[in-house]
Amino acid sequence: MMWNRNLLIGASLVGFNVLVAMLSLVWTPYDPLEIEPALSLTRPSTAHLLGTDENGRDILSNLIVGSRATLITGVMAVVICMVVGVTVGIATSVSPRWIESPAIFGIDIVLALPTVLFAIVLAAVYGPSTITAIFAIGIALSASVAQVTRREVNVVLTSDYVTAARASGSSTRRVIRRHILPNIRASLFVQASGACAVAILAESTLSYLGLGTTPPAPSWGRMMASLQQFLLIDPIFPLWPGLAIVITVLGFNLLGDGLREVLDPTLRESKH
Amino acid sequence: MLLEVRNLTVRFGSKTVVDSVSFDLEASSRLGIIGESGSGKTLTTLAIIGLLPETAKVSGSVTFEGKELIGLADRDFSAIRGNRIGMVFQEPLTALNPLMRVGKQIAQPLRNHQGVTLKEGLKRAMELCARVGLPDPDRIIRSYPHQLSGGQRQRIGLAIALACSPALLIADEPTTALDVTVQKEVLSLMNSLVAEEGSSLIFVSHDLPVVASITERVAVMQNGEIVELASVNSMFQDASHEYSRKLIQAARTSDAEFGHFTESPSA
Amino acid sequence: MSLILETRGLSRIFSLPRAGFGKERAVRRAVVDVNLKVEEGARLGIVGESGSGKTTLAKLLLGLDTPSEGEVRFRGQAIPLEDMHSFRRQVQVVFQDPRSSLNPRMRVGDIVREPLECLNVTEDHDTRIIEVITEVGLPKDLVQRFPHELSGGQRQRVAIARALAPRPKVLIADEPVSALDVLVRDEILSLLADLTTNLGLTLILISHDLSVVARLCDDVVVMQHGTAVEKGKTMDVFRAPRHEFTKRLITAVPRLPGTK
Repeated sequence: MMWNRNLLIGASLVGFNVLVAMLSLVWTPYDPLEIEPALSLTRPSTAHLLGTDENGRDILSNLIVGSRATLITGVMAVVICMVVGVTVGIATSVSPRWIESPAIFGIDIVLALPTVLFAIVLAAVYGPSTITAIFAIGIALSASVAQVTRREVNVVLTSDYVTAARASGSSTRRVIRRHILPNIRASLFVQASGACAVAILAESTLSYLGLGTTPPAPSWGRMMASLQQFLLIDPIFPLWPGLAIVITVLGFNLLGDGLREVLDPTLRESKH
Repeated sequence: MLLEVRNLTVRFGSKTVVDSVSFDLEASSRLGIIGESGSGKTLTTLAIIGLLPETAKVSGSVTFEGKELIGLADRDFSAIRGNRIGMVFQEPLTALNPLMRVGKQIAQPLRNHQGVTLKEGLKRAMELCARVGLPDPDRIIRSYPHQLSGGQRQRIGLAIALACSPALLIADEPTTALDVTVQKEVLSLMNSLVAEEGSSLIFVSHDLPVVASITERVAVMQNGEIVELASVNSMFQDASHEYSRKLIQAARTSDAEFGHFTESPSA
Repeated sequence: MSLILETRGLSRIFSLPRAGFGKERAVRRAVVDVNLKVEEGARLGIVGESGSGKTTLAKLLLGLDTPSEGEVRFRGQAIPLEDMHSFRRQVQVVFQDPRSSLNPRMRVGDIVREPLECLNVTEDHDTRIIEVITEVGLPKDLVQRFPHELSGGQRQRVAIARALAPRPKVLIADEPVSALDVLVRDEILSLLADLTTNLGLTLILISHDLSVVARLCDDVVVMQHGTAVEKGKTMDVFRAPRHEFTKRLITAVPRLPGTK
């Protein structure tokens, strides 16, 4: 496997995030939930490396624990959107026209609706939580995954080796298992990492709006929301969660780009 | 001497794809370059007109009309391409801009190199369409590439390449993607146009009978090298290199089998 | 000799997407009223240019597409048969471009195994794979390789091996050598000729290249715009073509210098 710059940086950033999240399970500099009103809004110091929030809670510890919510939401949402998206994508591509047409229409509708809308609806019914955020993001993203998957599947379906497989007596199920899936695998990896980036950003947005992880569990989006009001006191406070989000999303995007570079050329490699 | 190529070598990293290629081309003469895929024939022509990718390392010398082309700045090359050297490619659909009407594309080299106006250029384009045997030039110049057939597109490609009456026409597999009946027409057209203009021709192909029908001299390429350079007649009578002999033998076998069926039995 | 494959009034019409509201759907007549009779053991060439309908015809003969009109008969029975597996064991295909007709992610051995598994072939698969790989002139250890590790000629041999694995009676070859280099073409054509003779196959060879058809086929059908414009023995059709299009095709073939 050829490493390239994007893959290296992306994998490092994502790896770093995962390590931090795992670290948070065993140790944080301070208890993120511990309130110390006396230390409200202190700037970074040797005691509190990133400063404290309006309740005197250590920002660094909150960021570290917040990474957990971010990653879990991101990963779970991606699992949902990939499973649903790929299944719908493949199923509609091999289905007859009378199933395919309404399905495409359905995908287009989901695609047109903003993620936030799903989140609001689910939150209204079940009350906002990490779970509703995960499902909302998962469903919303599944539409574009379905669309891209359909395109990739179509390329495979129209190729000669699938026609040859049919001439060899392959059933549709077998064609999916032995021909379609292995040949879209690379694109799925790339899509998954891209979806991670989007999901994490979406989670931050939702928790910023109060539609995601509920207090007191730390969440970067919510931290941004609450620290934002102190922007004029010192911009450095909302900067930290914002930076954390940016770096994580960047990491996943670079990982996706790096994977695409690695996996695509190999597919085209051939000897005359 | 119109074109002198001396020890032309092209490398990609450590891989040598064109190896010390040398040949001469006089004015108003024709050379065929024969080879299979990977022989380096296309890269050789790209090297001559300076269209190799940036990662390519080129060495050697290519002298055209007295000017050295290797290492020539792109700005200077642009003055030569489409003007003194015209090029026709294999796939007419990808060589033409799908979003521009065909007449405008034919007029483009005229506007670039001869400073004519668009109106004048389109008028000349119509004349060129007629010259390349396209009926109804008025409709053709207003068409988009996808509205024309493969044969028509290739004629447009020829019109563009010959617009400025170049001294050299380079054709890279120009008929390979065409049906055999269309191929015959396009080849015949190329033959007469090149003769009329008095241009020189470099015709690249993997198809020996096609090359033999339109050129007098042939260079056979294998693995980046020219393994034989001779007149068509002497090559067919007595090729010196093993590879050329194999190619000729294969062409003879197909031709013989076909001829066996189509030639009327004697007596 | 018995008729192994036959088409009666075979037509395939594709309707194209509507150009706009209220406009009629345009149609593409890919195959129009084609009547073929193929005897067992025959070698038939189907000649035509691009758009002549030859590949559509191949798919119809293989039962991979449904005719709009007419029928395809295998040994007198109209397809699709009750037992399509049996049909597919007996009628197999080799495609034009070996780069796209082999799954890039499957090893050679698995590629050749596929028809054996799907068509419920009873003989031992492993033995049969080695047997047919050797029959097409490839070394046994090639079964572990991936298509991109092979040359064009080797890939086409794998495609032929896959087609021959279930021991078919009929082999349909759609432009089997068009995507190959000139010298390799010769080898593959020789291979096809030998295999057809040794295995007693019925060969249906589709090509735009008349010299290929001249080399391998005793009978020929000339197609233009989906219709069979001329039929007969290769020798007769090429020597004394009757249809205008056939005449044009024949005179258009580039000949070597010093020939008529």
